[in-house]
Amino acid sequence: MATQSLLQERLPQLNWRDALPTIFAILYVLIVFTLLRNLNRADLWFPTYSSILFPLFVFSPFIIFALKIPLALRVVLVAIIGLVLMPILGMQDSFYLELITQIAIFAAMAIGLNVVVGFAGLLDLGYVAFFAVGAYLWGIFTSNANTIVRISGAQAAPELFWLFLFLGVIAAAITGILLGLPVLRLRGDYLAIVTLGFGEIIRILVSNLSNISSNRRNPINITNGAQGLPGIVSPPLPDFMFQTVESLTNSLGLPVNNVRAFTYQLFYYGLVLIVCALAALIAARLDNSPIGRAWTAIREDEVAAQAMGVPKVKMKLLAFALGASFAGAMGVIFAARNTFVSPESFSFIQSIFILAIVIVGGMGSIPGVILGAAIVTLLNLQVLKNFSLQINALRNIDWVVPIIDFPIRNWPQQLEPARYERFVFGLLLIIMMIFRPSGILPAKRRQLELQAERAEEISEKELTADVAEIKPEDLLGEPAAIGEAKDAEVATAADGAEDVPADRLPTFKSEDLPDEPKEKP
Amino acid sequence: MTAVPNLANTLSRSRFFNGAAEWFLQYILKPIGQILLFAVIAGGSISLLALAVGFVLQTDWHGIDILRVPARINLFEQVVRQLPNMLLDGITIGFVYAVIALGYTMVYGVLKFINFAHSEIFMMGAVVGYEVMIRLRDGQLLSNLSPLVVIILMISAAMVICGSVAVIVERVAYKPLRGAPRLVPLISAIGVSFFLTDFVRGFQALSRNIFNMPYPTDLVPFFNTRITFAEGVSTTNTTLIIIVSAIIMLVGLNYFVNATKIGKGIRAVSQDQATASLMGINVNLMITITFMVGGALGGAAGVLYGLKTTNVTPYIGFIPGLKAFTAAVLGGIGNITGAMLGGLLLGMLEAFFSALLPYFPALGLGYSDIFAFAVLILVLLFRPTGLLGKKVDEKV
Repeated sequence: MATQSLLQERLPQLNWRDALPTIFAILYVLIVFTLLRNLNRADLWFPTYSSILFPLFVFSPFIIFALKIPLALRVVLVAIIGLVLMPILGMQDSFYLELITQIAIFAAMAIGLNVVVGFAGLLDLGYVAFFAVGAYLWGIFTSNANTIVRISGAQAAPELFWLFLFLGVIAAAITGILLGLPVLRLRGDYLAIVTLGFGEIIRILVSNLSNISSNRRNPINITNGAQGLPGIVSPPLPDFMFQTVESLTNSLGLPVNNVRAFTYQLFYYGLVLIVCALAALIAARLDNSPIGRAWTAIREDEVAAQAMGVPKVKMKLLAFALGASFAGAMGVIFAARNTFVSPESFSFIQSIFILAIVIVGGMGSIPGVILGAAIVTLLNLQVLKNFSLQINALRNIDWVVPIIDFPIRNWPQQLEPARYERFVFGLLLIIMMIFRPSGILPAKRRQLELQAERAEEISEKELTADVAEIKPEDLLGEPAAIGEAKDAEVATAADGAEDVPADRLPTFKSEDLPDEPKEKP
Repeated sequence: MTAVPNLANTLSRSRFFNGAAEWFLQYILKPIGQILLFAVIAGGSISLLALAVGFVLQTDWHGIDILRVPARINLFEQVVRQLPNMLLDGITIGFVYAVIALGYTMVYGVLKFINFAHSEIFMMGAVVGYEVMIRLRDGQLLSNLSPLVVIILMISAAMVICGSVAVIVERVAYKPLRGAPRLVPLISAIGVSFFLTDFVRGFQALSRNIFNMPYPTDLVPFFNTRITFAEGVSTTNTTLIIIVSAIIMLVGLNYFVNATKIGKGIRAVSQDQATASLMGINVNLMITITFMVGGALGGAAGVLYGLKTTNVTPYIGFIPGLKAFTAAVLGGIGNITGAMLGGLLLGMLEAFFSALLPYFPALGLGYSDIFAFAVLILVLLFRPTGLLGKKVDEKV
């Protein structure tokens, strides 16, 4: 094939400079990891160090994907970070494992919200309601509170977790459709307010459904009201897992206090990573499918989309159902991991939190949303909290800020950064909207349109080599298919090698494309 | 509503009345009559609803368990007994919602954008009212000054501060986003709303180290003096103050929008920005004034709300804000008269649910906030243009 010869032509040009990014990435990960490993909790500056180093560590997969590294090597590096280094950090300090699990939970939910907001352009301010549906589904059936389920002996066995994970997806999807049906006619801001109202209705319902019987002495308790549901169970794990984890931690010289709890942490970490990856994969594949294009059409111009024959009702409902189902799955996992759910966990600020993730990362962009989840979750759960801890630690030793001579004990105690997350997120939303409304890693579609001309030139060059083998009849036969093929080419060329699945690149790797299209063969 | 202008025409034609009388009828009597009519409509329909519900549910209804009232309570009697107080309550809170709803509806009319931060402007008004009252108390003035002066001070301070905050918010967070997709300013407004909540919380935590801000109304006996209309029907002076000041504000806004040159400009901008600017109207100035007036009304409503509930926190804005938005949608968003009707209806509904829900053991007061969202969804489903809104076709 001509492309192969093209590739061979380019091969000699590979030199040691091409290995630099890889070396840099490996060095970066190793340095950050070693520094993190050597942090001492007793250190005065531990909160600051840890809230600088851990985010740097979490961002390393993004750095690896941003650098010019061969795809296979990227995957290997990220796998090492996720499956080897992260658990080792967790053995040292299980809080890190907790954080990364939270990030993955929020990332999966943000990917779901991204389908609704970013792809289909339907602003959903009550997204946390679907999370609540999943969480309460598992909670009601396994909690040790005196709910009607427990009294009537209909509790679910812990083994049924996997079934309920599936049921949670379905229940949330059905709720999504139920919400979607009445609000289909609404657009833009009206839709936002109605979904907000829907989220609040769900929250008010779960905090009031502690009695639905007219007889106060014999109440029918469904959700245990504002007290929440305690004692939710986790799925049972096979014994060999505990033994493996115990032997692993011992052989690494990092014995953990509670092997059982740690194994569960690892289990949930793995589980949310898998669900998150699955969600990202589904969303990415859908985005590049006719469904994704229909969503884009509805988002950009609903009337025109309808005129072009896009089934508006079906597509909107699909977006709602799909977005909701990710949250439903995460809700079930959240309830099992947390062992406790209460209406507090599903308030409006949670919906805004997930929205902030989507906004910060970039509406419609899956890598962006994952990065957004990392940034926003770390900011909320680690950086702000550690900032408070640091101030308190410094206050205890009466530390004075150098240069400006500010004694830290004069810092008002009411101003604890950890308690002002609304302030921070509010500001974050405003700043993002004003200066970068498309997010940190914007979705590719816009860029794709701008670069289409250049990309077409490239793909034309690609095609000229093969053109002898294609008969004109083939071309005339399926104009749509050619359009599709061209679209795919455009996408690959414009995307670089970032998030294009490997099967899209049958004969050449896009990083081998010439940077300057002007050199003609 | 045709009776009032006809009356105005008749009176103005007679030679005993000059232009002043016509002006008075047109801009003072007519709006007051309109407001009273709305109050009667809202009160009447809710009374009928309450009586109907009380009558139907006094016996077990088709065996629906959650609608069952304990056997010893006669629901119909209870409804009849509570009706006057329920109506008073509904009118009071309804006027507060109407004043807040005006802020939403004016901004929507001009910019076609839901000012999500308006609920926080309203909250700030309540906080400013608290600050004024506390400062007066610390200066030993609260019990010496006439209660009316206290109220006027509180409301005007809240109007000035909240109007300025609304203008600043517009300049900083909305103006750079004009022309952006519709969701962009909405998200920015949500950000402003969260920011302001914690800003006020931090401010009060720093200056006074408090979270709850109870109004010291007990220091002014006038506020809590009860007026009795009939046996079992009484209310405090605060209720009257709220109703009267709300009516003054509604009438004032009506005058401002319909009779002044600036009001004409605002109406022109809300109809067609491009044409308005061609006619020599400073569109940006009109938008700023709209935010200022809306913010001032929101701040004043905050003071009234604070006087009614007597306890204010930085988080009080959210639910009343949503209800007021619902009121604006119910009346037809962008329509000032509609916002008044919607506010009164919603206030009545709230009073209705707060009065009746406690009688049902299976329900309870916890559900009373659901109704606003339910009304919102129902209105948007069956009459998206609201009660008084005009049908607008989608432009392509």
